[in-house]
Amino acid sequence: MGEKILLAHGSGSRLSHDLISKVLAPSIMNPVLARMDDSAVLNMSGKLAFTTDSYVVNPIFFPGGHIGRLAVCGTVNDLSMSGARPLYISLALIIEEGLDIDDLRQVMASVKDTAVEAGVQIVTGDTKVVDHGKADRLFINTSGIGLIEYGTDISGSNARPGDKIILSGGIGEHGMAVMSQREGLHLSLPVTSDCAPLNHLVSVMLSVSKNIHSLRDPTRGGLASTLNEFAKQSDVGITIEEDKIPVCDGVRGACELLGLDPLYIANEGKLVATVTEVDSGKVLSAMKKNKYARQAVVIGEVTTEHRGRVVMKTSIGSSRIVDMPVGEILPRIC
Amino acid sequence: MKFIDEFRDPGLSRRLADKIAQISTRPARLMEFCGGHTVAIMRNGIRQLLPPHIEMLSGPGCPVCVTANRDIDRAIALSQVPGLIITTFGDMLKVPGSYSSLQQARAAGGDIRIVYSTQDALQAARVNPDRLVVFLGVGFETTAPTVASAVLQAEREKIDNFYILCHLKMTPPAMRALLELGETHLNGIICPGHVSTIIGTKPYQAYARDYGVACVVAGFEPVDILQAVEMLVQQIEDGIARVDIAYTRGVRPEGNIRAQDLMNDVFDTTDACWRGIGDISKSGLSLKNKYNRYDAARRFEVELPPVREHAGCRCGEILRGVIRPVDCGLFGKACTPENPVGPCMVSSEGSCAAYYQYGAHDG
Repeated sequence: MGEKILLAHGSGSRLSHDLISKVLAPSIMNPVLARMDDSAVLNMSGKLAFTTDSYVVNPIFFPGGHIGRLAVCGTVNDLSMSGARPLYISLALIIEEGLDIDDLRQVMASVKDTAVEAGVQIVTGDTKVVDHGKADRLFINTSGIGLIEYGTDISGSNARPGDKIILSGGIGEHGMAVMSQREGLHLSLPVTSDCAPLNHLVSVMLSVSKNIHSLRDPTRGGLASTLNEFAKQSDVGITIEEDKIPVCDGVRGACELLGLDPLYIANEGKLVATVTEVDSGKVLSAMKKNKYARQAVVIGEVTTEHRGRVVMKTSIGSSRIVDMPVGEILPRIC
Repeated sequence: MKFIDEFRDPGLSRRLADKIAQISTRPARLMEFCGGHTVAIMRNGIRQLLPPHIEMLSGPGCPVCVTANRDIDRAIALSQVPGLIITTFGDMLKVPGSYSSLQQARAAGGDIRIVYSTQDALQAARVNPDRLVVFLGVGFETTAPTVASAVLQAEREKIDNFYILCHLKMTPPAMRALLELGETHLNGIICPGHVSTIIGTKPYQAYARDYGVACVVAGFEPVDILQAVEMLVQQIEDGIARVDIAYTRGVRPEGNIRAQDLMNDVFDTTDACWRGIGDISKSGLSLKNKYNRYDAARRFEVELPPVREHAGCRCGEILRGVIRPVDCGLFGKACTPENPVGPCMVSSEGSCAAYYQYGAHDG
């Protein structure tokens, strides 16, 4: 049996220091962190974006990623969706007693790789160990600071009638990957999480257009939630076309089987943007050059009609409302 | 995706809708029995493609919705028995019983786990030999054979900590009860697709014969449903009533004999209480005497609170097709998916939830 995390690893003792210096810190070391003081001291000026998020995904390892990559991507993406360039991230771990130290090593290795990919530094952190049963293996909180450099005002409240709605790729992959792993669904077409840092994609988009009005990553609640948020916050109507929305066969098949709607399934590496019609073409072609947005597509537009609502033209030529999801998404009986 | 895309073909859907408009000369009142059909109709916007004089009513074909309060109360009470693991399909979690729901019971400490099949429930019993595992057997003829098979498997493997709380129901008696009530004056019924895969079409013959109602078994894709509507309208226009199948890739007239044998081996028919309709003779399934030892209701005695119905909730009339969800005073106001009063607003296949989710609350 491999080495396990003990309560003593969180006690501030030599074991704690060993854990930090041997397992946690080496992979993410940088000059700010190396000072090992009580707080990170950062030299910044300009308009800042600041965000925080906690990650409690079960299971912590899932097809296409795990909690470490997710924790970095989530915060990087939240900053990016405000039009900020992510720079610094904090990393706080709440570890359940008994976690395999090898699992922790694997998580940290990917935290490092993802931070390198995104070009962010982890500048402060914390580690707590709790009794067995008081947490579910590993919880992570990350906070992040980014710099708003492009002078654009990007907000869910800024969608304007006439804007085109661009989706960066296929939906539902993260949620379905996690669900299939958690519930032991052996899908014949396996689905892997789309978990990815989107800051470089956003940066390319902002470099070609000053007319991106809203950006959001459709995480929990899926595309349907994000579009409803835009419609309500901006007091506009949104019309989308079912046929335009990319959904891979694995997600489609699993959704058919479970009676779920891909519109409501979580993504961790996709974004939705509202962009003026004039700029939508160049934004789209810039996006398609990024590896995380090859399938980017215009899925609809912002209108003055049916304000506060999202209406979808269905595949068979009719239309229906796409509402916010309600509560936990549960599979049906038959 | 094969077997899906061709049944969502926009051109074919349009041609079917045009054909319906062309042949339909008189008002027709059709009921889709099955909740899966209700969802497909709302989700694809099929009603908007039909002439206004064709009325589509939703029937009682959502197993969650027709589960009586008392039966939900019993499941909730069982979940509070120390040491018991309750396994259930996800839909059941949020359904309000008289005072609470399984979701609330779980928050109160009940070990309630969502499963995707009866096999998962059986597996929970295998891997927890020191715990007692109860599966909430809620569903129609589609679910019943899987429950039967799990019972037989438990017996074969001598798994002695596995129990079924059996509230399985059968659709033909409910359909007959609705026709017998005569409240809705139906001209045609879209018969359930998956249920018919198991039971075949024979049980419907009597409805066509005795009540003059056109019957067509339909699949769940837009083209399936439009084709079924077209076949129903054709029968109505021709003044005939018979049972047709518009879902030949899934349904044979004789049904699935093996599944029927399984059910006959494990279950007896029994009277069952349907929410909104009441007691229907021989409409439920109970474990045969020889499988008594798997019956959770016999094994665990629990005290049940007095049954309480929710004031103002018209789920009953909605389940009988007497009113549409939008006709209920609570719909979209006091009763929403966030704060459901009745089960039809909870279940993903409930007609109120389908109407709400897909936009009928805008009129």
